[in-house]
Amino acid sequence: MAERTLMKGNEAVAEGAVRAGCRFFAGYPITPQNEIPEYMSWRLPEEGGTFIQAESEVAAINMLFGASSVGTRVMTSSSSPGISLKQEGVSYCAAAELPIFYTNIVRGGPGLGNIAPSQGDYFQATRGGGHGDYRVIVFAPKTVEEMANFPRTCYELAFKYRIPTMMLADGILGQMMEPVTFEFDPIDPSTLDLPDWALRGSKPEKRRVIKSYDLRPGKMEQWNFRLEKKYDEIREKEPRYEAVNIDDADIILTGYGTAARVCESAMALGRKEGLKIGYIRPITLWPFPKSVFREVRDKVEKFFVVEMSLGQYVEDVKLSLNGRSEIYLHKRPAGGIPTGEEVLELTRKILSGDKTKQVEE
Amino acid sequence: MEKVVFEQTKGLTDIPMRYCPGCGHGVVHRLVAECFMELGVQEKTIGIGPVGCSVFADEYFNCDMIQGAHGRGPAIATGIKRCRPDRLVFSYQGDGDLASIGAAEMLHSAMRSENITIIFINNAIYGMTGGQMAPTTLLGMKSTTSPSGRTVEANGYPIRVCELLAALDGPVYLERVSVDKPAAVVKTKKAIKRAFEYQLEGRGFTLVEILSQCPTDWHLTPLQAIEKIRKDLIPYYPLGIYREPEDAKRAKKEKVAVEKES
Repeated sequence: MAERTLMKGNEAVAEGAVRAGCRFFAGYPITPQNEIPEYMSWRLPEEGGTFIQAESEVAAINMLFGASSVGTRVMTSSSSPGISLKQEGVSYCAAAELPIFYTNIVRGGPGLGNIAPSQGDYFQATRGGGHGDYRVIVFAPKTVEEMANFPRTCYELAFKYRIPTMMLADGILGQMMEPVTFEFDPIDPSTLDLPDWALRGSKPEKRRVIKSYDLRPGKMEQWNFRLEKKYDEIREKEPRYEAVNIDDADIILTGYGTAARVCESAMALGRKEGLKIGYIRPITLWPFPKSVFREVRDKVEKFFVVEMSLGQYVEDVKLSLNGRSEIYLHKRPAGGIPTGEEVLELTRKILSGDKTKQVEE
Repeated sequence: MEKVVFEQTKGLTDIPMRYCPGCGHGVVHRLVAECFMELGVQEKTIGIGPVGCSVFADEYFNCDMIQGAHGRGPAIATGIKRCRPDRLVFSYQGDGDLASIGAAEMLHSAMRSENITIIFINNAIYGMTGGQMAPTTLLGMKSTTSPSGRTVEANGYPIRVCELLAALDGPVYLERVSVDKPAAVVKTKKAIKRAFEYQLEGRGFTLVEILSQCPTDWHLTPLQAIEKIRKDLIPYYPLGIYREPEDAKRAKKEKVAVEKES
């Protein structure tokens, strides 16, 4: 189990899902995530699972809707335009409380965009993504090793709360090779109890129904409030984050995924020069780890947000800081990848009073 | 002593159906339910309800049910069946659902020969939304989105689903039937039962297309609607078997031969 291997991010998340008990995958080709369905096409049959190359992303997500309704651990993956197509199905899963797991290996957009790494789908991921009032749990790995190990947590939370979970990564994380250790023993899903809600073919007096509609007056409003209660519990219990050097920081760099690694390296370089730089990185983008920002907002004057999009992630930072600190923003959309040196240079300027990158309240 | 010759199937719940007078859905619901009851698989059946007039199917069928997105029944059925291959899985769909928004899912589940059954209600109209043109609306037929009648120039030709799917290698059983008279209802039940039997035998994709009357959106009385099935629909959508397994064909020939001899 503790064997260390070299893996591509896309293969790591696929293998991680299989080890976490995934036995059904449906997907449609799109760059830069193709290694995921390719890997699943031979790996799942080895475990007695099912791989289907679907006719479209729309069909794939609805195959998951069916497969998860009978209690199977399921997965789909895609990249930005394909994830847009899946959103209707995700909304149905959210309403019907089906525990699906999916990944978005984000590429540049809008439109067909390009196949370069991007973080342009942050709003779509963290605000539900499809129609209606719902949320999904969103994990943002920054290493290949995290891509390998997060699926287990994603399935645990998905089944615990009956909620879709997603992994939001990008083309760099998907394509890069890094050393990986799987930190858990493979889960044999046949040893897990079938959840009571799962369809199976029931006795008529206990027949099971899974649906996402209620036309009776007031009932859908109640349904939404029931979902909200669950979302509130998740907001309270499940935020995850990483915070480094925040106690003595004059400035905190913050970003998620690939941008978090850039922030980390800028911090390491800056600390060598004696700059008091800290770093916060959300691991879950929803629920957003507001509390860590709230803890430090009265102690740290400046926050510097780095994101590979046009000011999406910064909005959650803003909401968490609530006007109590200055916020600076560096944006690199649709294939622009900041370097540690670039971010450090900007950090120096900000610390010396340059307001060019400051974000208005 | 009285002899019971007919009773309500336990394959349906007691919830009153909301269908309009003269609508074919209620009859077909009963037939589907009778079939899974007579095959003894009620507790092994998982049905998929559509979007449209029969959106409440999950309330009527007395078995496990899931209600999905418009057009996606075959994809949902695929997901369920691949994970629970020993269950009877049927997707109940109308013409807009199956042949328009869900055309890709219909074609590809048939192409893959998924071991599922599609119960396809063809009434040539969008009923639930108020009578818009369907992919199966006949030429000249009026609807709220073809108010002067469907024309080739504006709307193209109606789709014949059984003929279309018969061009693929995947389907195992395709039959078009109707519910315009008692004999046709009996035939429809036989078709549904055969489709379920083929599925339980693990043979692959089965679809039963049922021409069904919609008096409300055709703006006809129930009797006139039945007449329209015979006069207009059946000529364009000929009834019959469009695909069946080779051994079924052989069995039929042998039966005919035996009958001739005797």
